[in-house]
Parts: sequence; C-alpha cells; structure tokens
Amino acid sequence: MIDNKKMVEIMQAIAKRMEKEKEFLTELDNAIGDGDHGINLARGFAAVEQKLPQLADKDLGAILKGVGMALVSNVGGASGPLYGTAFMKAGGALKGETDIDAEKFAAAFEAGVDGIKMRGKAHEGEKTMLDAQCPALKALKEALAAGKDLKTAMGEAVAAAKDGVAYTKTIIATKGRASYLGERSIGHEDPGAMSSLMMLEEITRVL
Amino acid sequence: MVGIVIVSHSKKLAEGVVEIARMMAAEAPLAAAGGLDDGGLGTSFERIAAAVEEVDQGDGVGVLMDMGSAVMTTEMVCEALDETRIRMLDAPLVEGAVLAAVEAQMGTSLDDIAAKIGEAREVHKIAADA
Repeated sequence: MIDNKKMVEIMQAIAKRMEKEKEFLTELDNAIGDGDHGINLARGFAAVEQKLPQLADKDLGAILKGVGMALVSNVGGASGPLYGTAFMKAGGALKGETDIDAEKFAAAFEAGVDGIKMRGKAHEGEKTMLDAQCPALKALKEALAAGKDLKTAMGEAVAAAKDGVAYTKTIIATKGRASYLGERSIGHEDPGAMSSLMMLEEITRVL
Repeated sequence: MVGIVIVSHSKKLAEGVVEIARMMAAEAPLAAAGGLDDGGLGTSFERIAAAVEEVDQGDGVGVLMDMGSAVMTTEMVCEALDETRIRMLDAPLVEGAVLAAVEAQMGTSLDDIAAKIGEAREVHKIAADA
C-alpha cells in the first residue's frame, strides 16, 4: 500500500508544505517561542528534499532514517531532534520493509510519537506537538480497528489533530521555550502542534 | 585529560563560556559548539560532534549545554557516538564549565567530574544563609 515511491512522494509533499507555511509557522512561534519554527523546518525539509534522490531506492526504514538524520543535522531548533527522532524511530519500526499495510503504518506512527515523548521527556497536555499527534494516533488506531481503510482513518486522525491544535490555544505551556511565558502562552496555538497537523494533512492527501 | 565541550544556541555565548573557563584552566582541552554553520542561532549536530572529536584525548568528553534543543541535540550526538566516552553534564553553564575545566586540568576522570558537577548547582551568588 505504501512503497518507497509513495514514501518519497509523502516527504516531497511535506517539504513543499513546510516551505509554503514557513512564514505562518514562524509568526505563531514569534508569539510564544523564539520565532524560528517555520524557517527551521523549511530549512530542514529542504535538506530532506535534496537527500531524497539518494534514498529513493532504499527500503522504507532506510528512507525514514535518512529523513530523520537530515532533520537533526539541518533544523537547528528543538523541532530538529524531536521530528528527527520521530522519523528515525518510525524508520526503525519499518526496517527492511518495502511495501506496508495500514497496521504497519500505524505502528511506525506510534514508534515516532513514542520517540518524541522520549526525546522531549514530554507528554500530552503541555502545549506541544504531542497535543496534535497523540489524539491523531488514537483516532487512527480506533478507525483502523473499526475496519476503515487507511485514507479514511487518516482523515479522522487529521480531524483529531485539528482539535488538538485548537486545544493548545486554551492551555498553558509547561514544556519548551513557551513555558517561560506562563499564562501569557494561553490564547496562542502551539506552532509544533500546527506543523504536525500540516504533516498529517500532507500524508493523508498523498495516500 | 578529559575534554570539555560547551553547547549553546549562540556562537558568541559558547565561545564566551569557553573564554571564561580557559581563564581558570588554560591547559584543559575546551571547545565551543555554538550556533549554526551560517552563524545563526540554533544547535548543530555536526558542530557538537566535531567539537567532541576535537577535544577527545582518549579520557572522555564532558558536554555542558544551555537549554532546549542544545540538550536534545547533544543527547542524539551521545547516542550516535560511543556513549562510554561522552557524558552530558547537568549544571548551570558558566559555573559548570569553570568547575569541569578546572577538574579536567587537574586530571580528574570523567566519572568523577560527572559526580562532582552537581556542586556547581549549589553555588549561591547571593548569600543563601541570610
């Protein structure tokens, strides 16, 4: 269902979206962070795009690991080690795989989310990217368990991530740079949750 | 001697901390890994890894970090390299750097520096017993 060609297509779509949204993400980050999220991710995914031709013929695990390493080396902000770890852990879950089904996709997604929790020593409710990803993962697993196909299930995951982004607007940041703002962080969406939502939207669109 | 690496989002801050530590320990192998390759703010996996290689004399390397991605990126460098010879040191950056550099110059082992680094956190700048 997802082979190396599809995976490369997904990464290209994410890279384009990050370039397109870099000003918007940076604006969000200006409000409650250090104002570099959009620029950093655009730079990181531009490096990913450059590296994709060398990865295109590899197995899915190797592609995702390569993407993760490119992010770690080129993003520069906290989203580098966080998204980098996520893609590398997802790659670890797909080692040697050349064509995966919905179950394996969900397992890789889960490995990625667990990687972010581990790297950031974070969990849901702290106004971070996890507030988009955790509800999305839960919705994906529930939809698959109910027998829905991957594209439909990912549609539900995107909807859950959207709710998650809206939720980050209502809570105080207790992790990351925004935590220094305390209550003043309320009323702003978390830029990491927003970029996660965008990535999930791109994956779903390409599927 | 144990090598010491200072990781910061800012090139200037990392170099400044090295400058202060060197004042106390001119012989200690110290390296700054600050900012991105283009001079902008951020932390770079490659710069940290290169700084670790630079100060590694075979007795291990202690790394001090400022915050956020500096810590997470250093963690990833530790995972990528041989973890027995590189340790993250948890302390205020300036006090920790001075303590670590002085200990390194005296020939203290990496394990002992890591055990001792907590002392840098107990240094009060304003009398605490008042």
